[in-house]
Amino acid sequence: MSSPFSRIRGLPSLAAFAAGLMGLALLLSFFIAPEDGDQGISQRIFYIHVPIALTAYFCFGLGAWKALLLLWRGGERYDLESYVAIHQGTIFGSLTLITGAIWAKASWGVWWTWDSNQLVLFLTLFLFYCAYFMLRFSLPEGPRRARSSAVYALFGVALIPVSFLAIRLAEDFIHPTTFTRDGPQMTGTMFTAFCVSWAAVTLLAYVLYRVELVGKRLHIDLRELREALE
Amino acid sequence: MRYLADVAALTRKDLRVELRAQDTLPAMLLFVLSMLVVFHFALPEGTGEDAAYGLLWVAIVFTALLGLARAWIPEQEHGVFDALVLAPCDRSAIWVGKTVATLAFLVAAQAVALPAFVLFFAPLDGVALAGVLLADVGICAVGSLMAAMAAAGRARELLLPLLLLPLSMPLIVGGVGSAVSTEPERYLLLLALYDGIFAVLSWASFEYVVTES
Amino acid sequence: MIRASGLEKRYGARRVLVGVDLELPRDGFLLVTGPNGSGKTTLLRVIAGLVAPTRGRVEVDVHRGRLGFVAHEPLVYRELTALENLDLFGRLYRVPERRERIGMLLERFGLWEARSERVESYSRGMSQRLALCRAFLHDPDLLVLDEPYSSLDAESAALLDRELAELAGTRALVVSTHDPARVEPLATQRLVLT
Repeated sequence: MSSPFSRIRGLPSLAAFAAGLMGLALLLSFFIAPEDGDQGISQRIFYIHVPIALTAYFCFGLGAWKALLLLWRGGERYDLESYVAIHQGTIFGSLTLITGAIWAKASWGVWWTWDSNQLVLFLTLFLFYCAYFMLRFSLPEGPRRARSSAVYALFGVALIPVSFLAIRLAEDFIHPTTFTRDGPQMTGTMFTAFCVSWAAVTLLAYVLYRVELVGKRLHIDLRELREALE
Repeated sequence: MRYLADVAALTRKDLRVELRAQDTLPAMLLFVLSMLVVFHFALPEGTGEDAAYGLLWVAIVFTALLGLARAWIPEQEHGVFDALVLAPCDRSAIWVGKTVATLAFLVAAQAVALPAFVLFFAPLDGVALAGVLLADVGICAVGSLMAAMAAAGRARELLLPLLLLPLSMPLIVGGVGSAVSTEPERYLLLLALYDGIFAVLSWASFEYVVTES
Repeated sequence: MIRASGLEKRYGARRVLVGVDLELPRDGFLLVTGPNGSGKTTLLRVIAGLVAPTRGRVEVDVHRGRLGFVAHEPLVYRELTALENLDLFGRLYRVPERRERIGMLLERFGLWEARSERVESYSRGMSQRLALCRAFLHDPDLLVLDEPYSSLDAESAALLDRELAELAGTRALVVSTHDPARVEPLATQRLVLT
């Protein structure tokens, strides 16, 4: 059992750096990057929305990786890490759907559209991971819950390419394709703003992941101490 | 091969248990036929055939869910699950047996439902039927695993649909596409891909879900 | 054959097993006693390999194909007959001369006449006897029996006494029971859980 202090080492400075980077990203996105000709001011949400979406995917991927480690090597810590990663993924997932809806309303006048493949894909995945929590809540704590959760998390990652293919087959033209095969349709400044934003959001997610892990581990330690005293 | 012998014994057991208990298959049959009746009222006048295919797939998925929810019940009574897990056979053989049996029941229910559908709603060609079959394999494969996961906890009847519905999305796309699209082969390929990936995943991970050490 | 040290099992906040150590040789007979809720069933399930301990180590030097387990429930299919149940497990455990062995066991436990009736029509005593048949079917090297005497009438209990007396010393046995006096003379070790 690692000491709580070793787990926190470096975390406050990392958090401060993440906050700073986030601030820079917001500055670049909303004030410095040039305004898009077609969509106007609402386009700026893109700098936040897309990184958040990518980060959500990243968190789910991290969760699946930890799940694989759990099944492969065993070890309680992987279960907690997988769970926290997926938890962060669902938080960023909800933010994706919300910022996406804001962007859609601002750009096309609707809060939701079924014609958008990427939205439907994301929604499916989001529902999948919400069910992950239902699974966890219905199983009693123990190796069975850890293993079932891990297998489920891996299924989620397998679902991504298959769902993507499925939705591709049902053609889509409406979700604005900013990255085409020729590369990003953005100017230099826009691209910089996007990359800074992406880095900032990913780092933010990682910091939140670490913070939540620390909190949960502390909770477990406290519980064990309490029992040892009985 | 030992593995195949184990699978055969387990599948035979599952089929025999259902034939004796006779609760799952009649329920599935009745359910899917009732759904078709409901569709008649649910589809307003003038809706095209495409809507009927969509509803057919909803019926298939929910019928499969009904069958899968009951899939592991014989093992849960009298705690037989433990006995199976303790047996020296490969645990994945248990999954294969259960999946094959559930698939048999689903196909049996569809053998009645699909002709009824064709009679009352819309035609189904060979490609569409191939799509149904491929999707059946996918949903039974993943469903057996998810049902085993849910069986260990509370509220298992509620949990199984929640776990399975997002996973069945590609199957519905593939199924409806194979019936409706002008290029159905692509959808059949999607279904085959799904089956390939998820059947292997389910087969490999069953052991982890039912054991603790 | 069995080595366990510092075994602990926790379900959430509840601790069911605390600091259990035991060592059982190949021909030992371990008697496990204790009041209800003391963790007897949990301990036996850990030994059988169904449950992983929260802490501590347990080594059981026997492949699961050589392990026989009797639980609180009979662990047989309701919808199948005794013959079908034993045939299934006989195949899974690769029992040689399966039919003969099944016949012999059914007869020994007084179930031969009822062999083609479904288990759902059995009394609890009969189901328990069938459970014992299933556990003994493959001639295991380690028998883990969780309250094997429950639901047995006097005649069947005497039958089980004889079986256990025959088995003791030829293989490892772990038996938990509420009625230790019955099994006491056979036991080489005793573990009391609190």
